[in-house]
Amino acid sequence: MQSVYLLIVLAPLLGAIVAGFFGGHIGRNWSHRVTIAGVGISAVLSLWVLYQFIWQDAPTFNGAVYTWLVSDGMQLEIGFLVDRLTALMMATVSFVSLMVHIYTIGYMADDEHNWPEGARTGRNSYQRFFSYISLFTFSMLMLVMSNNFLQLFFGWEAVGLMSYLLIGFWSVRESAIFANLKAFLVNRVGDFGFILGIAAVAMYFGTLDYAEVFAKAPELADAQLALFGGVSLMTFICVLLFIGAMGKSAQVPLHVWLPDSMEGPTPISALIHAATMVTAGIFMVARMSPLYELSATALSFVLLVGAITAFFMGLIGLVQNDIKRVVAYSTLSQLGYMTAALGASAYAAGIFHLMTHAFFKALLFLAAGSVIIAMHHDQDIRNMGGLRKYMPITWITALIGSLALIAFPGFSGFFSKDAIIEAVGDAQVFGSGIAWLLLTLGALVTALYSFRMYYLVFHGQPRMDAHTRSHLHETPWVVTLPLLALAVPSVAIGWLTVEPLLVSNWLGEAIYVLPEHDSLHHLAAHWHGQLAFITHGMMAPPFWLAMAGLVLATLVWLVLHKRNPAIDDQIQQKGGWVTRVLQDKYGFDDFNQKVFAGGGIRVGRFLWNGGDRTIIDGAVVNGSAHLVGQLAGVLRHLQTGYLYHYAIAMIIGLVALLTLFVTL
Amino acid sequence: MLPQFPWLSLVVWLPIIGGLAVIANGDKHPEPTKRLALAISVATFVASLPLWILFDSGTAAMQFVERAAWIPAIKVQYYLGVDGISMPLILLTTFITIFVVIAGWEVITYRPSYYMGAFLIMEGLMVGVFSALDAILFYFFWEAMLIPMFIIIGVWGGPNRVYATIKFFLYTFFGSVFMLVALIYMFFQAESFSILDFHALELGLRAQILIFLAFLVAFAVKVPMFPVHTWLPDAHVEAPTGGSVILAAIMLKIGGYGFLRFSLPIAPDGSAQLDWLIIALSLIAVVYIGFVALVQQDMKKLIAYSSIAHMGFVTLGFFVVFAILRETGSAEGAAFGISGGMVQMISHGFISGALFLCVGVLYDRMHTRQIADYGGVIHTMPWFGAFVVFFAMANAGLPGTSGFVGEFMVILASFRADFWFALLAATTLILAAAFTLWMVKRVVFGPVGNEQVAALTDLDRREALNLAVLAAATLAIGIWPKPLVDVMEPSIQHLVQQVQVSKLPAEAAAIDHDATVMDLAAAHAN
Repeated sequence: MQSVYLLIVLAPLLGAIVAGFFGGHIGRNWSHRVTIAGVGISAVLSLWVLYQFIWQDAPTFNGAVYTWLVSDGMQLEIGFLVDRLTALMMATVSFVSLMVHIYTIGYMADDEHNWPEGARTGRNSYQRFFSYISLFTFSMLMLVMSNNFLQLFFGWEAVGLMSYLLIGFWSVRESAIFANLKAFLVNRVGDFGFILGIAAVAMYFGTLDYAEVFAKAPELADAQLALFGGVSLMTFICVLLFIGAMGKSAQVPLHVWLPDSMEGPTPISALIHAATMVTAGIFMVARMSPLYELSATALSFVLLVGAITAFFMGLIGLVQNDIKRVVAYSTLSQLGYMTAALGASAYAAGIFHLMTHAFFKALLFLAAGSVIIAMHHDQDIRNMGGLRKYMPITWITALIGSLALIAFPGFSGFFSKDAIIEAVGDAQVFGSGIAWLLLTLGALVTALYSFRMYYLVFHGQPRMDAHTRSHLHETPWVVTLPLLALAVPSVAIGWLTVEPLLVSNWLGEAIYVLPEHDSLHHLAAHWHGQLAFITHGMMAPPFWLAMAGLVLATLVWLVLHKRNPAIDDQIQQKGGWVTRVLQDKYGFDDFNQKVFAGGGIRVGRFLWNGGDRTIIDGAVVNGSAHLVGQLAGVLRHLQTGYLYHYAIAMIIGLVALLTLFVTL
Repeated sequence: MLPQFPWLSLVVWLPIIGGLAVIANGDKHPEPTKRLALAISVATFVASLPLWILFDSGTAAMQFVERAAWIPAIKVQYYLGVDGISMPLILLTTFITIFVVIAGWEVITYRPSYYMGAFLIMEGLMVGVFSALDAILFYFFWEAMLIPMFIIIGVWGGPNRVYATIKFFLYTFFGSVFMLVALIYMFFQAESFSILDFHALELGLRAQILIFLAFLVAFAVKVPMFPVHTWLPDAHVEAPTGGSVILAAIMLKIGGYGFLRFSLPIAPDGSAQLDWLIIALSLIAVVYIGFVALVQQDMKKLIAYSSIAHMGFVTLGFFVVFAILRETGSAEGAAFGISGGMVQMISHGFISGALFLCVGVLYDRMHTRQIADYGGVIHTMPWFGAFVVFFAMANAGLPGTSGFVGEFMVILASFRADFWFALLAATTLILAAAFTLWMVKRVVFGPVGNEQVAALTDLDRREALNLAVLAAATLAIGIWPKPLVDVMEPSIQHLVQQVQVSKLPAEAAAIDHDATVMDLAAAHAN
């Protein structure tokens, strides 16, 4: 099996190397062929691995590939842990990535127009883009398949690097290179906590191997640290690791990089938001469930951060006019749902939502990209309208994605999101009440922003200029094929997988839940099939709120908008300070820019001018140099020019120092 | 036992004699002279390979030992040998020198023979520093090494080179005087100049502390540690590219090496008493210097400050040993920090060397190092831009590059000593990324800044080869550091054993120890 896993990881890497280094020689077609082949191999083999787990009951694989370093009793290895959780992630990541690869052929076809005349970076940008997204896939697969914290951190940082390169892909744009630096640095703030968490694991467990750490965890369940006036070791480790997850999975307050990541070409938005990168944090916490279960404090923290992100980030989506930014804020909100599920110990529900979301979010982004292609790269939804007539496939698939996103009964998102809200409602940890309220209200918000966007883009009167309208047409098959391929799981995957994932505990050993934390227990105990689940869901507040949102959105942005196209602006103006707060994104960006970025530079200037230049160089170094200069004026008389005089002086000096030394 | 082939002498003297030959060849026919210099640097690297291939990594004992009387009157010996700590540093020296020779190929037009000769001579002297086991021989190489560097900066340096050379020379010379005194003091105690005899020397705590401080002044200047670091940015800014590469990649490592070869094993009790000082200075280097690097306008200064911050990791890794022994009561994890510091030294050699070469590539074309004079370089120099981004990421400690390995190990080790040490050290994840990538953003990315940038040409073969080999080395150690660490491990384990054993004279130990602890505690309280 190991060679299969190696192939799954290395195939995209190889494709990336070929397209990256030799893209100029082999040309565009061979570059996308070789990378698609690489990711295709990964996808097919990953699906085969998943098949082995589902129907052949394959055993968990845990083995080292090579020893990275041995020092001082610590053996650090590179290796794979493939169990059902991993297999599910591998299949999701590689499948979504494959769709994005195919889509990219269409999306990046005219990329040379995005570069200024004469820029050599524009020459092979198509090939380079394929190389990057393949490398991105490699990084994410390394992350999810790791069997130890070291490799996890490698994958963790590697996806960070790839997002840096991809967000800043159009490196002539100031906004792009601002966004990629911001993304990397904000992620590094999370990694700062993450690496300390890993260091704590290394110290207290004496190993970085998952299996050994998990086996030893119960022994250390009650360990206390003397730090901060006494804190449980598990809480300490779990919170530090979660800070890393807050960076990668964009939880408040480390969410600020994700909306800006829209500066990259749309295919990578789909990749970052759906399959790679942002899911890393969710996956990591689920993987670490044997540790998180031992700290109710950490779970509460996770739960509250998730719920806050889910609700408040969704609200921002209401006032965005850039089609990609609306989807971006919906990602933040949905990541909040997943995180909240983890905090409620409903890890399986979190992973379930991760998977359904990967499909419908990739779908929504690729549909948005399809719209952007048709609109000649105008992304403002106020300039769109009526696109359903021109691009029927994009329209239908976007509708499917939106329905899945708002948890319309029967669609994939319905099963996963409803399960999360129910689990949080059943959870006993501190804060679950308020978290439940936020998540439930979030259902209304989700429906509002999703269908505001949907109606403004696809319905009503076309508002684009005549030139654009005359060129409107459906995008080519390389774009629409991935849309259709993603639409299928967006509809069906929830219905198909809800029972094994949430009821019959298919993930099994991969997830560890203490009986008293088991918030999915209620759902499993009262399981009477998918239909019963749907009808049961239709009795509950989240459903009613979502439907209220849908109806309200239809009324405002479909019915009223027809008579009064300015209604969207009028509502936003009526919002007054609320709109302003939302448009300012609660002030996080301004605050970070002023306090952290500006403050860091001010501190640096202060230390440099005050410390290095004034005190050390100014007073001490040059001061003593002046002193020496003055002394030298006196001592010049001693200068004779005879070598032996100097020699004697040196020896006398040395002897004097030595005497001092000995007598001290 | 058969007398072994004198590999070490070969590696020391081949470049020195070869360097003299290059100088003697003169500048009438620069091409053959340069080729000779390249041949000598490659031959020296090849000659140093047996040190690695034939190295027995199962023992901590000195290997390739050569020993002969030199000045019998004062028992000074010609005594060379290497262990797992010095051998990798010697290979780093012979490896990096090749790039320096190649980097100066077309750029240095004024007396290239002297330029290359000076570098070759310096190479031999630096190998001598790493392999000398006699204190006077060590001191000879240590001081002699300054002369070629002084000349390189002074002759081929920038407009402010006189200030920089004098600052460089005085700083380092000031440091080494105290070291010489300590060495002579120990000679009177041990009646030998053998460094290994110094290791075995029983010394009172007071003497150990004084010896430690004397060495500290010498090594802290070389590393350089805060607050004696300000010579480095000035020296870098004025030095020609090759000088900067040697300075950053190798000369700084001599300070770190000194701590391991002298301070820790000779004065373990003194080191244990004063480890808080080194740890504090190291953490200041990481945080304070990280902020200072952020606001630099000159690329070389920025990388120089980045070097100081990264060398802070080295000294931190070396000195958390004592805190680990105290905190956990066991040596477990103590060697991890020293290994981490060593890996960091080697890695920093590749990365900082490469970054200075990158700045050199730009400087050769535009004759400015100001960040503000650039912008959008990647659009005219895509290959160069790719290398810069790669080495910047390595500098920011990205896993998969060598820059990660040492930092990771040191953070893990310092966590064992104290959570707060690890916390402050880990700020480098943010700070190093911020100052490095912000520079990359302003220099490499963005719209093309001006006409000169628009007219730039990408790397030529020579430059690309240089950077590609260094990139390969950076990746190799990042992906598989085991071979490097395996070589060092026995010597580092041996060193940890050495520092655990008190060298205080038995009867005096108890009293002396208590007295000084109280003195220090009182001083601390004040």
